[in-house]
Amino acid sequence: MFGTAVIVFREVLEAAIIISIVSAATRDVPGRTRWLIAGLLAGLTGSAIVAASTDAIASFASGVGQELFNAIVLGVAVLMLAWHNIWMSSHGAELANHARKVSTSIREGRSECSILLIVVGLAVLREGSETVLFLYGIAASESGGTHAMLFGGLIGTLAGIAVGYTIYAGLLRIPMRWFFAATGLLVLLLAAGMASTAAHFLIQADLLPGLASPLWDTSAALPENGLTGMLLHSLIGYDARPDGMQVIFYISVLAIIAMGMKLAGKPRKSI
Amino acid sequence: MKQVYLILLLLPLVASAADADFTLVIKDHRYQPSELSVPAGKKIKLLIDNKDATPEEFESHSLNREKVIAGNSTAIIYIGPLESGRYSFFGEFNEATAQGAIIAK
Repeated sequence: MFGTAVIVFREVLEAAIIISIVSAATRDVPGRTRWLIAGLLAGLTGSAIVAASTDAIASFASGVGQELFNAIVLGVAVLMLAWHNIWMSSHGAELANHARKVSTSIREGRSECSILLIVVGLAVLREGSETVLFLYGIAASESGGTHAMLFGGLIGTLAGIAVGYTIYAGLLRIPMRWFFAATGLLVLLLAAGMASTAAHFLIQADLLPGLASPLWDTSAALPENGLTGMLLHSLIGYDARPDGMQVIFYISVLAIIAMGMKLAGKPRKSI
Repeated sequence: MKQVYLILLLLPLVASAADADFTLVIKDHRYQPSELSVPAGKKIKLLIDNKDATPEEFESHSLNREKVIAGNSTAIIYIGPLESGRYSFFGEFNEATAQGAIIAK
């Protein structure tokens, strides 16, 4: 039961961190909560479908379908987060001052919300499908252990949600002056980390060269399976043994989004 | 739909499962063989054959690899090039019994 709780916690935590950051970043967008819940539900439904079709996905592309699937899901999430951040830097100042016009805010709020829906949905989809498979495996092999499994799963889920909510509540306490800068930075690092993970999947599928493998090894000092390493992995994409290619992806995405934010933010600085 | 096209585009890049370098079998939540010797300094194509009815996740911190293998199915995973040494792996869904190591020489 304890083992179940830990594994479920690990999966839920990763999704919870992503959800807490994007929901904090979109706190002022009208109708946000409804979209957030829609994203959650879509992600959960998708998880069950993905878990049920693991076989089909895996046999795709000669046995590396799973890696491709993960890399595509991550790639879409990176694009969405990039778009969010660049949009925010051109409108963030107005949002912060509550000086936006109602008509434009509703229209733009809607596209922000669809981004929120997609990012939340994808985060839940990726982590959720693994959890479903894992729980199914236990349920199928341990006859009679189903109650313990459900209980462990529940504890893991609640613990993951608790950490996610704590991060969310903490973010909301950031004073308004720094709020958009802070959440923008977090989203930026989140996107860079996802790009690095996407690269990792493509290397695992042998579709990208790893270059230096690994470029460094900090697994002794800060193991990725420890709590700190896990948190850092979800937050900023920490990898204890990254390939050179992952670092290239990380830095490139970081630089491209940061540049986009700077360019989008510039003309409005004088306001 | 675009995603499907993207995957189809990538298909020719991927070699078929038939020419795997090494095979690991999962049976009764155990890896067979539990120790696999591979050459160091070379990229390796590993075929994992899950003969159990339940899914398993091949995971190794030292190899930096993680992959779910559905029940009664096979999957391909690329590792290395590795430096000489011992790289332990396990099955995350059945960690108590599913343990093993790759030894690169």
